[in-house]
Amino acid sequence: MMMRLMASLIAVLTLLSATAAIGQDSAAGRRTFSDGYRFVEMTGEELFANVCQGCHMPDAMGASGAGTYPSLAANKNLESGAYPIFLVVNGRRGMPAFGDMMTDGQVAAVVNYLRTHFGNDFQDAVTAKDVQDARR
Amino acid sequence: MIKRRDLLTLIGTIAGSSAMYHAMTSLGFASESAYKGPLRLAGDPKGASVLILGAGLAGMTAALELRKAGYKVQILEFNSRAGGRNWTIRGGDSFVELGGHRQKCEFEEGLYINPGPWRIPYHHRALLDYCRRLNVALEPFIQLNHNAYLHTTRAFHGRPQRVRSIKADFQGQVSELLAKVTQQGKLDEAVTKEDQEILLQALRAWGALDRDYKYNANLGSAEFRGYSRDPGGGLTADPLPSDPIALPEILRSRLWLALQSFARYNFQTTMFQPVGGMDMIGKAFAREVGDLIRYNAKVTQIQQNGSGVTVSYVDAVNPSAVQQATADWCVCTIPLSILSQLPIDVGAPMKNAIEAVPYAASVKIGLQFKRRFWEEDEAIYGGISFTDLPIRQIAYPNYGFNRSGRGILLGAYLFEGANAYEFTAMTPAERVASAVEFGSLIHPQYKDEFETGVAVAWHRVPFTLGCSGEWSDAGRAQHYRNLCQIDGRIVLAGEHASDLPAWQEGAILSSLDAIGRLHERVVKT
Repeated sequence: MMMRLMASLIAVLTLLSATAAIGQDSAAGRRTFSDGYRFVEMTGEELFANVCQGCHMPDAMGASGAGTYPSLAANKNLESGAYPIFLVVNGRRGMPAFGDMMTDGQVAAVVNYLRTHFGNDFQDAVTAKDVQDARR
Repeated sequence: MIKRRDLLTLIGTIAGSSAMYHAMTSLGFASESAYKGPLRLAGDPKGASVLILGAGLAGMTAALELRKAGYKVQILEFNSRAGGRNWTIRGGDSFVELGGHRQKCEFEEGLYINPGPWRIPYHHRALLDYCRRLNVALEPFIQLNHNAYLHTTRAFHGRPQRVRSIKADFQGQVSELLAKVTQQGKLDEAVTKEDQEILLQALRAWGALDRDYKYNANLGSAEFRGYSRDPGGGLTADPLPSDPIALPEILRSRLWLALQSFARYNFQTTMFQPVGGMDMIGKAFAREVGDLIRYNAKVTQIQQNGSGVTVSYVDAVNPSAVQQATADWCVCTIPLSILSQLPIDVGAPMKNAIEAVPYAASVKIGLQFKRRFWEEDEAIYGGISFTDLPIRQIAYPNYGFNRSGRGILLGAYLFEGANAYEFTAMTPAERVASAVEFGSLIHPQYKDEFETGVAVAWHRVPFTLGCSGEWSDAGRAQHYRNLCQIDGRIVLAGEHASDLPAWQEGAILSSLDAIGRLHERVVKT
């Protein structure tokens, strides 16, 4: 397809783009559209709804076809905040790495959201500093 | 992010390898493709059997060639159809994405979109050869349409510009600038006086400059960028020139970025598409090897030992009973997004490679309109408009030109980047609605003419869990060869095992390479 072309276009656009969201319109409702390579959503709730739920689904229950997107609901693997931080930053197997597309603060926000919703109740919030330390 | 290899190629070209190239072509050695013509598997496999996992282009290529070479072949396929990502959606088709949303395509009969691959470069020789051998009719895919649009929300008050004008003006303005510095003697160290004269001639011809080497509104530049009134007949025959856009405006608009969409090797004319939809290729392969395919087979485990391969699978519709298929050898084309989750008996190097490849996000949205307004109102026949809106592209159908009645646009094509994830995270209905909203900023006719749409987000596709293997340079350096090596009795194939990621040619070349090596091993033992 056109991945190399798009990758180079994206690289240039990244240099240009401010962090303004554009095009919120009536039909698209509350959807947010980033205008560059990086996500403009800032809260954990927004990030989950615009990024994570693409695979892990709006209820975080995951889905299964020829392979599976794991459920993040009531998930004991989230007990240590370092684990979801590592996965969001670096990806794993087919899951893409989001480290280049989110700031430390955004990663921390979405991890904290996940760890306190969908039947998860881990109150020890992670910080942007934790994310910074996790970046290789 | 131009790949280093591309850059080296470019430098090689500029530095003057043309003489060498000329010598090579006259001897018939220069080949754009790794494809060396139809595969010849010499030697007797002595009744050996091969189990192929996946009936996409890689799997069916392997099946076709291996059976011809004398192997006993069986294919397990997750879907109830052959083709894999080689897929076309037509009116009446329905599909369910992960998460459960079912879409029924309401397109008029004869209209379609290709949610996966949709174009074939002329240098994809293996794919083209199979199309020829399997009688798949091709027609041109129009990548560059001078009358399509380049659009940005950041310049020209959001008004779309014709590709033709941006290309001509960028070329003309740069030529004027270069002619100016040439005449000022600023190139004296780099270019001889004699060559400067030729350069000036070239800039005038290429950039549509006037006799003073200026790029102005006149009938010369109008021949490149278009007229404000086209040449006509009778008393209104005389054409009128149009006003070029100034260099700073073009530079700041960044619309020049899109020009590489027409310049790069993978997108140079001539490109092709199968007549009637991309899945004509998958269907043609299935006519050859369809009798070998066990459909609705969801693989759950891949085992091997010194004497053979055993693959466990369940029926995708009624998954209660685990079944097994056995063979001497296995060609596995299952996407790594899925294979990385399966128990598989391979050594650490291949296992690590299987786990090293993330899968790209990509979304395509097809929209049906009551009339082909892009042709009727705007004289856009095929090709692609590029925009910095989240939809990124609007592609016009390359078939059924100049007819009245309904037509389909590809209303969005996202690949990687934030928007691809954001569109994936929506419901299909939201994706379609967003594509209509954004597209109407380029074609206001959308609002009145839109009827129905379908949206495919590749991370939600049950049989791939993503669009294609997204190798990083570091990942490729570390793992690619380990992914492609034969491990015992198992070899992998697919676009992910190629250096043509996401292209059908990559799937086929990977398969040919894999079975060639496998056959060599079989004949030796």
